[in-house]
Amino acid sequence: MFVPLLVLRNLFRHKLRTLLTALGIVIAIASFGILRTVVDAWYAGANASSSARLVTRSSVSLVFPLPLNYAQKIRQVAGIESVAAVNWFGGVYISERNFFPQFAIQAPAYLAMYPEILLADAERKAFFTDRQGAIAGRKLADQYGWKVGDAIPLRGTIFPGTWTFALRGIYDGADKTVDQSTFFFHWEYLNETVRKSNPRRGDQAGLFVVRIRDPGQAAEVSQAVDATFANSLAETLTETEKAFQLSFVAMTEAILVAIQAVSYVVLLIIMAVMANTMAMTARERYGEYATMKALGFTGAFVAGLITAESLGLALFAGVAGIALTFPLAAAFAEAMGTLFPVFFVSEETVALQLGASFAVGLVAAAVPAWRAARVRIVDGLRAVA
Amino acid sequence: MSVSPDTATAPEPSTSAPAPDSASDSPVDTGPRILVSIRSLSKYYVRGDQVIPVLVDLDLDVAEGDFVALMGPSGSGKSTLLDLVAGIDKPSGGEIRIAGVDIARLSEGELAAWRAAHVGFIFQFYNLMPVLSAFGNVELPLLLTSLSRRERHERVAIALALVGLTDRADHYPNELSGGQQQRVAIARALITDPTLVVADEPTGDLDRTTAGEILGLLGRLNEELGKTILMVTHDPKAAERAHRVVHLEKGVLAD
Repeated sequence: MFVPLLVLRNLFRHKLRTLLTALGIVIAIASFGILRTVVDAWYAGANASSSARLVTRSSVSLVFPLPLNYAQKIRQVAGIESVAAVNWFGGVYISERNFFPQFAIQAPAYLAMYPEILLADAERKAFFTDRQGAIAGRKLADQYGWKVGDAIPLRGTIFPGTWTFALRGIYDGADKTVDQSTFFFHWEYLNETVRKSNPRRGDQAGLFVVRIRDPGQAAEVSQAVDATFANSLAETLTETEKAFQLSFVAMTEAILVAIQAVSYVVLLIIMAVMANTMAMTARERYGEYATMKALGFTGAFVAGLITAESLGLALFAGVAGIALTFPLAAAFAEAMGTLFPVFFVSEETVALQLGASFAVGLVAAAVPAWRAARVRIVDGLRAVA
Repeated sequence: MSVSPDTATAPEPSTSAPAPDSASDSPVDTGPRILVSIRSLSKYYVRGDQVIPVLVDLDLDVAEGDFVALMGPSGSGKSTLLDLVAGIDKPSGGEIRIAGVDIARLSEGELAAWRAAHVGFIFQFYNLMPVLSAFGNVELPLLLTSLSRRERHERVAIALALVGLTDRADHYPNELSGGQQQRVAIARALITDPTLVVADEPTGDLDRTTAGEILGLLGRLNEELGKTILMVTHDPKAAERAHRVVHLEKGVLAD
């Protein structure tokens, strides 16, 4: 206990300096955690995607729909289990500020493909049997205070008019990576309504979600689907759900790279601050280190004392920073609303924060420890005099 | 004599220091044993093209149980000689044998282990660890031994009693006077029962009365515990306490 006690007492020799350095590390590690979580949130859709699901859309652009009869042809391609038509609705709930994703889906087929969307049997049945029914994620329902049975009016932007849906169920996610801020309703209801007002826009799907039997055959099946519609008026582009999600992330990649760069710059800055603190600390104590070496302690022991002190401070403050990340992330998610449907501090982020704290402590101690280990005893003793 | 409860057992260093030559332990030698034997010792510094001699071809013997004062003007090389004998600096040439061991030939690691086992240091400015109590400072060198915690504490209690600081054991250096701090440093120097005690201006930072007390304590260590003491001093009064005074001038012995 003697040596750990010596390290601890040395650590709190300059209380204000130690406190300010620790505060810097706490802020840096918490900031690093939040920035990493923002990046993770961006990739959440891609990370939550299944390798057994493909997305087929127009090869020209996502804004061009595909004929509904493609569903039947896709279903006939070898290796495909089921197909569901999906349309992005893009409605406005009360005001433009209340953004959340809304999809028209062929509900039975779609929900069968997404077992991670958990819906009570009674609510599922009620949704399936009500043409104007809809379901919403728990996070979305909580945000607007919706209850099952509520009427949810949406003002269409892509599909004009006021659409009123009856909320038949509130779904949960099988785990925290599942988006719980989406609103689903029946594609058939959308199609029927559109056909009445604008027959030319009827029987068209924004995209098809396809479930395949063997995820290992995703590339071959995708090629086979696209080959089916080659040289047609509406050629298709089929890709895995993950690749489809990543294509959206790629649109904002520059922002993500900037966020990641900032997160590492924050660490570099605190590393420099910590290194300066440890250098000052060691310089002040060269006389003491020389005395210890004169008494018979080795250079490695002295270096170990400095390293232990640096690691102790960095890890203590780092753990405090990690602890602070969780309430900060919760407050951030609350403030962002449904902008980041999946926002949580992952285990990987915590591990990175811990690793970063360790690295800060180790790097900061490296030069002072090396110098103290090599300081000539007579020079160090002269520093005391 | 040792400060250990059992005077027959000296503390064992955890790292083994080189054994002394068997020749110096000859049973037929009836006179006082030579503990420190210095032959043709030289030390110089090189600054650019310039060679600055500090000690030149120096020979000196110190008998076991002797109390030697090294005196001389500033820059005469007395502190350098003390550093070389204590094994905290390396000579440029020559031989330093302490209890038969040529310490100039030891590696850094061997020298550290040798110092831990054989040398007790007393510095002008005490050089205590400010974050450790008097007790902790005295206990510090014992961490390099294989003694148990209980054994260490027993020894520290005895050493503090020896220097009259039992009631100050829990005090930190900044809570002690200069004289008390130097007493703690003396207790620290004695705790491993060293072969040789080196003292660099031990009274240089103390008033006359306190200096007298410290010198009295060093005298007792020499007379009662039989410790061999090599002391650098500018103070003729301090030198009077020694058995022998060695004068250095420009790196050579003046007498």
